[in-house]
Parts: sequence; C-alpha cells; structure tokens
Amino acid sequence: MSTIKIAIASGKGGTGKTMIATSLAACLDKHIPVQFLDCDVEAPNAHLFLKPEIDSLQAAVILIPEVDQDACTACGKCVEVCEFHALAQMGDQILLFPQLCHGCGSCQRVCPVSAIHETPRQIGNLRFGKARSGIRFLTGDLTISEPMPTPIIRQLKARSTDECEITILDSPPGASCAVVATIHDADFVILVTEPTPFGLHDLKQMLGVLDQTGSPGGVIINRDGIGDVRVEAYLAQTSYPVMMKIPYQAEIAVGLAKGEVFSDLFPQYQAKFINLYKNIIEILNDKEKV
Amino acid sequence: MILLISSKGETLQSQPNLRFGRAPFFIEFNLSDDAWTAHRNDAVKESSGAGVAASQFIINRHASAAISGRFGPNAQRALSYADIKMLTFDETYETIQSVIEGYKSNRLKAF
Repeated sequence: MSTIKIAIASGKGGTGKTMIATSLAACLDKHIPVQFLDCDVEAPNAHLFLKPEIDSLQAAVILIPEVDQDACTACGKCVEVCEFHALAQMGDQILLFPQLCHGCGSCQRVCPVSAIHETPRQIGNLRFGKARSGIRFLTGDLTISEPMPTPIIRQLKARSTDECEITILDSPPGASCAVVATIHDADFVILVTEPTPFGLHDLKQMLGVLDQTGSPGGVIINRDGIGDVRVEAYLAQTSYPVMMKIPYQAEIAVGLAKGEVFSDLFPQYQAKFINLYKNIIEILNDKEKV
Repeated sequence: MILLISSKGETLQSQPNLRFGRAPFFIEFNLSDDAWTAHRNDAVKESSGAGVAASQFIINRHASAAISGRFGPNAQRALSYADIKMLTFDETYETIQSVIEGYKSNRLKAF
C-alpha cells in the first residue's frame, strides 16, 4: 500500500497552515487511516490542536566527524571537500565547527588514511504518538540555538509509514530549505494564503518553489474579505486553483486561540474538508491519466 | 609581519569593510617592505561558514594579524586557534591606508 502525501505550506507565516492541516486530519480521521507529520520543527504546535498521546521519544542526531589527530596526515582533503566550511586546517591540526556540519559524511569518505570517524551529535528530538481516533502523529523539535532543521524533517519522514492512506505534512513557513525538505516529494501541496499584499508576495515565492519541485498544488484563501482581490486575480493567470475560501471571522480566531481544531469548532466545514480531499484525489487521478 | 585587512575595494584608498567573513576583498599588507596585494574573498558567496572560510584564507596567507570591524564567533574561534591576532577599526577609518597607519601607531583595538 502506498500513502498519498499532502503538504500544507504557505510562504507567509501565520496564514493558517496548522489550522488547515489539523482540520483536514481531524475530518479524514473519521473515515480513513491518517498520518500527521508536524515538520515545523523550529516551532511545532500541531500537537496543541490534535493533543496526541506521545508514546515514544527519540533523540534526533546527525553524524559529525571526529578526527584522530594521530592518524591524520594533515593533507587537507577533508577541509577542501566540506561545502559548509565546518572544517578548517591550522598547520597540522584539523578544527571542527560542529554547528556548521550538515552531517553529509564527505570528509570521512575522502580521508585517505581513515583518520575520520563519525560520532553522533544530538540536535533535537523526535516524538511519536496517536491522536484522536487513530491519527499516527509524528513531531520533532530542534534544540534552541541549533541552526539546521532539515535533518530532523528528513528523520521524521524516514519514520513515517506507507500503511496510512493519507499523510499530512504541516510545513514550516518560508520558502527555503526546511520547506523544500518537507514538500519536495509530496503528491500535492496546499498553499494557505491571505488576501493581503504580504500573503500575495510570499505566495508567489512558494509558487516559484512548486514550479521547481514539480508538485501539483492548490490554494486556500484564509481570512477572505480582508485586504484586496489581487491574490485571486493573480491566481487566475496561473494553473493553480483556489480550493477553499475561509472568511475572516473574529470567532475563528477566538476558538483557535483556545487550542481547538477549526473543523470541530465550525462543523459546517467538515464536509468542505472532505470535499477538499476528494478534489485533490481527483486532480491526482486526472494527472495520472495524462 | 603580514596584515590582512577586510576591504570594500581593491586598493589602499578603498574603504575598509566592517564585517570580516563577508568582506568583498582582503588587502594583504607586508610590513617589512610595504608591498601589498588585493585578494577577492571567495567566502562572500557562501550561505554559511563564511567566517571559517575567510579565516582559512587568512591562515593560509601566514598572516600575523587579521584586521576588521568585527569578527563572528566562528572566525574568532578559528583565528584564535591559529594564534592570529584580531584587531579592529571603527567607522572613523575611511581608507585601508589609514587602517595601516593606525596599526603602525598602535591605535587599533584588540578584538
């Protein structure tokens, strides 16, 4: 069995990614096996809405080099190969900058005298549990002051299963590495935006990312009614459909501020989220036929 | 004694660059004969690790002092590990020449 991966991203922060992701998960949970990955490992908060019971905690580690200075011949090949300048050479000493290391292992591979061994360094945690009636819930957190979220996102994905019919990936904001690590292999990407100049600007960034990853996508306009009509006008010239609009209502913000799932607070949206899912499946099926 | 000074341009009349790792150029100045060379800093384009890459360059040039407005934490660690003195100038220094004169008259502050 294979799982259909739907990523929720936005570009701009605070547009409602987690609101949409948790609602979609909650609505589908009543019908099919759902898996949920909170990939916003710098500020994860889907668990505050879905309230999973965490039954397993693991250290998220990357492997960094450890140089055996006795065996090292100071040839400098490791320093040369390191794309990230995590190694420097001072005379016959190799100096490591652990926070710059991406754990790629190239230095170990190029060392002609096997003087480099890899050693684990913890950069955060992975947590696994169950939410609601059976959502398989995976979340991670990056230790404060650590600069690299992407290894944790990759490790969350590596621990996800193909056994659930659908996998929902809640992406971090922005349009850089952490987002690409989240969405690059998604079957479909939902972009949540708001009809403001800020929403539009950052939406364009994300559409640029989708153009490169080649993932099909659609847009949800949240807080509809504020701002202006430029988001829709812009999307009309692209191939990306507007899949849902959620009007601006103070009651929604009040409910979300209590940590409630949007589709629980406003049950009239449950059918809309089921339809959203059906639309995505249809788009994917049509794409397969082509 | 070789000095490496972070610079916005390629001559002694260029403006010093207040940041170390991402300075566009380094001016290498030899105090024994006043000879100098401008080096383009390849670390400018790095998304991370610019301070380490620039430090590695300074170390490879066998400099005895690196001179800039300020040094980031990685550059600081690399340069002090290699026993290279870090000295600083402020905005009042308008040319590389004035920084060199500042060095000669002991007016630059240790970082």
